[in-house]
Amino acid sequence: MENVVPYKIQIISILGALAFMFFIFRLITKGKLREEYAIVWIVCTLILIVFSVWRSGLDVIAKLLGVYYAPALVFLAAIFAIIIFLVHLSVVNSKQQRQIKDLTQDIALLKDKLGNKKND
Amino acid sequence: MKIAVIIPCYNEEECVADVFNEISSIKIPNCYIEPVFINDCSKDNTLALLKSYHAKVLDLSVNLGIGGAVQTGFKYALLHNFDVAIQLDGDGQHPADQIVNLIAPIMANEADVVIGSRFIEKEGFQSSFARRLGINYFKFLNKFLVKKTITDNTSGFRAINNKALKEVCNYYPDEYPEPEAVILFSLNNLRIKEIPVVMRERIGGQSSISSFKSIYYMIKVSLAIIFIYLRLKLNGKRSTL
Repeated sequence: MENVVPYKIQIISILGALAFMFFIFRLITKGKLREEYAIVWIVCTLILIVFSVWRSGLDVIAKLLGVYYAPALVFLAAIFAIIIFLVHLSVVNSKQQRQIKDLTQDIALLKDKLGNKKND
Repeated sequence: MKIAVIIPCYNEEECVADVFNEISSIKIPNCYIEPVFINDCSKDNTLALLKSYHAKVLDLSVNLGIGGAVQTGFKYALLHNFDVAIQLDGDGQHPADQIVNLIAPIMANEADVVIGSRFIEKEGFQSSFARRLGINYFKFLNKFLVKKTITDNTSGFRAINNKALKEVCNYYPDEYPEPEAVILFSLNNLRIKEIPVVMRERIGGQSSISSFKSIYYMIKVSLAIIFIYLRLKLNGKRSTL
């Protein structure tokens, strides 16, 4: 089973993963991405790099888990990760919605206070 | 006794004048009644109209929906030490002249929450058949969960005292809050009482629940009711979001 993966695709995937990692780091340094959301992406990229370098790794793990068709494991893991992350985003979204509501209410109450002061 | 009448408004320019005049004309001995309008980002002249009457208006910068708007009023009432907060829709459906009856059980310290129900004496505007079906469904759902029969869970004509005010400032549902709030009140051991009221058909504006949204409404509110029940049962009291 050695050399099943041609070198060409291996180089492409390593470069791709590194480019993605660089992109994430740039977003963080520019302040466009918060570290708490970046962690999941960095971990994903690291996993990508590990499997790009360790070529037979996928087959080994697939066999270990009793998965007959190794690429299916990739899809399973990817979809699982995406779903988890989407749920995480929904949680964040709900929290922000509550925060926006609280802020809007506070602003309305403050506007009222300010208006009263002007009238005095 | 200080009483705040909380009126959430979204595009209600046709009826705010009537509602304002009606509430202003109410006189209850030893009571100070203040109408508090919440302008939930109306696109029409509601805000300008209300300001021209020098009515108390809390102006929301972002549209929050009925629940968020009403909660703003509750927060205002708690902040300014009101004893009773009354919720009344801005569309003229709720008879402001029956506020006296609504607050009577609170003044007599018989209840913490008073709900004005259309279905006790079955007088006045009774809503359509489909709506009544939905209202009956909530009646059974809430009865099943909190063992208390509330005939009009969807009624937004309510009075709550200071004790209940603290709970709703802590948590109040965003959308379609009425049936869910009944569960919230019950599980916080607040005394709920229903009194018969006669409601009118809306003068103007639009219902927050149009017909094609009603399926979503039923599902959303059912889920909300079940989850708030579980949350309060499992976590005990007090939890945000």
